[in-house]
Amino acid sequence: MRPQRAAWWFVAPALIVLGVFFFLPVLAALVMSLTDFDLYALDNFDNLRWIGFENYARLLREPLFWKALGNTLYFVAIGVPLSIGVSLGAALLVNSKVAKFRSLFRTVYFAPVVTTLVAVAVVWRYIFHTRYGFLNYSLVSIGLSPVDWMGDPRWAMPAIVILAVWKNFGYNMIILLAALQNIPEDLYEAARIDGASGWQQFRHVTLPGIGPVLLLVSILTMTGYFQLFAEPYVMTEGGPLQATYSVLYFMFEEGFKWWSLGRASAVAFLLFVLMFIVTVVQLRLGRERGGR
Amino acid sequence: MVNRRQTMLALAALAAAPLGCTRRARDTNTVSFWAVGREGEVAADLIQDFLRERPEIHVEVQKLPWTAAHEKLLTAYAGETLPDLCSLGNTWIPEFVALDALAPLDTLAGASREVALDDYFPGILDSNRVAQTLYGIPWYIDTNVLYYRRDLLQQAGFDAPPVTWAEWERMLGAIKALVGRERYSVLLPLNEFWPLVTLSLQQPADLLRDDGRYGNFRSADFHRALEFYVSMFRRDWAPKMTNTQVSNVWDEFGRGMFSFYISGPWNIAEFKKRMPPQLRDAWMTAPMPGPNGPGSSTAGGASLVIFSNSKSRPATWALMEYLSRPAVQERFYELTGNMPPRRSTWQSSTLATSPYAKAYHTQLDRVRSPPKVPEWERIAQEMRLAAERVVQGVSSVDQACLALDRKTDEILEKRRWMMDKDRAT
Repeated sequence: MRPQRAAWWFVAPALIVLGVFFFLPVLAALVMSLTDFDLYALDNFDNLRWIGFENYARLLREPLFWKALGNTLYFVAIGVPLSIGVSLGAALLVNSKVAKFRSLFRTVYFAPVVTTLVAVAVVWRYIFHTRYGFLNYSLVSIGLSPVDWMGDPRWAMPAIVILAVWKNFGYNMIILLAALQNIPEDLYEAARIDGASGWQQFRHVTLPGIGPVLLLVSILTMTGYFQLFAEPYVMTEGGPLQATYSVLYFMFEEGFKWWSLGRASAVAFLLFVLMFIVTVVQLRLGRERGGR
Repeated sequence: MVNRRQTMLALAALAAAPLGCTRRARDTNTVSFWAVGREGEVAADLIQDFLRERPEIHVEVQKLPWTAAHEKLLTAYAGETLPDLCSLGNTWIPEFVALDALAPLDTLAGASREVALDDYFPGILDSNRVAQTLYGIPWYIDTNVLYYRRDLLQQAGFDAPPVTWAEWERMLGAIKALVGRERYSVLLPLNEFWPLVTLSLQQPADLLRDDGRYGNFRSADFHRALEFYVSMFRRDWAPKMTNTQVSNVWDEFGRGMFSFYISGPWNIAEFKKRMPPQLRDAWMTAPMPGPNGPGSSTAGGASLVIFSNSKSRPATWALMEYLSRPAVQERFYELTGNMPPRRSTWQSSTLATSPYAKAYHTQLDRVRSPPKVPEWERIAQEMRLAAERVVQGVSSVDQACLALDRKTDEILEKRRWMMDKDRAT
């Protein structure tokens, strides 16, 4: 009994901080999502109406919310595999025995992660520029027609994906690199002696070796990508035609632009439920694969 | 994406917030003044004479950027840390009136010798009244006029800027024919609602009906404004672009990518600075053309307001009176380029001789406030989205007007409920 009580004392500071700064606000937000808390209610609590699940019902009827959800899922579905693929590719390259200047490349690939997004956005706005942009210049020089990246509703999201992947792949690359370096060299040696090709080595030695880390990275990336906000905020303001409007953008505008805090909280909980479901599915898939 | 580092920073800021709130007990002779935008940088300089005149009054000036001002003010309202005096965008006034955060100024202004209300441009002054009560004293104006390329207009065969929409259309068409496929006649950024709002305020009908209870976008007048706005894109006179896509509006204006641009007074200094030297005299400003003659524009600007929780109202009002003096406003114009809201200040030499300011002087007699409801900015945003949908060919003008009306009624639901409740008690 004694050591248990002592343990509680040790974790108490952390628990109190978590309780006050995390669980309490989350609970308050849950209550708030059942009201129509807004500017008028900020003035006087008599102007607050208890509306039950009306916020949620209204959101599910709101076409813009579905549009934002569709955009976010599109971004996650394209962005997450692409991001992990690029990270893994970069990690393999940097880890390769034949590569030169490995530490230089490691730094270069990691640089976008620590660069301020707003500064990066200024540069990328020029890269994506319809007339003077480098990207369109390259497209034209290989005989393709230029793309109106930021102005065409069909191309704006791919542009955001490109920016997000470029900005973030370095972070996962570092984690995957650490995992790659943990795979014992003798496994590769044994595989080579057995006559395994490069692809077979990758498929049967490397992938199983980094499996758990890959699962972790994919969950972290997925949750991060679901919270798409800053990229469209600085690049397109959600446009054109709300093609880059995400769920978090929707929540931000409801909450901090229009001060419909009740509705914004409801958006937050819907997003939470969605991310929770996807994470559970991902974990289960990962566990099944690990069990086999 | 919100990454973990940002979350940690936000938490740290949250934890530090109570420290920032502790302020020394305010006496009645201390005035805290939040100045928004570039004005904040010159405010301390501007009030030097006031501090000499009234040595017993102490003024604390705080600078706020425009982009964060609205959130900061609302947060301060919630935390009861609002200042005594603030420069507020006048479209925000209805919102802060709804919060009961502003002190009414009719009595103070009526008894004042310095603030002569009949010296102010009526349209601008009116934007500071909500339900006949005055809540702000205009500080500087920010109405929109037409910036145009004089040389290109001349090449297209016109000597003077347009006065009516019909004339404007002829010029837009002629310039488009002149500059060809790659360039345009006018820039109406798709991410800005002001051009469309300005055109719709030129129509007689109000944008909201029944005292701001419902939208009035089904009216023939709004139809006409939206149709005109959209036609400029349909005829390829305006590029389907946002401001961020253009990257550098001034460079493109210099390159002749467009010859007309609707903007506020702050752009005079920018164009002066950024237009290439050989084009220094190639541009000019003109009052807005209207449907059947000189048109009206938006009654924008910033006003000085006293927050209702202020403990030093007499001292705050004294500072407001000082800032409203024509001589101080003239100095303010010289420091910032912000145009004064008083007729007598416009008589001053610097303003009277600036050719670019003339259009604003003329325009100030024809300005109109957008609807004075707290939900206005959200409705304006919906207007922009409706117009964008038509421009991109996703919906027709009729469909867009109907959808906009329905959306506006939904946004105003709480307001209707509040008004009914107030009437019941």
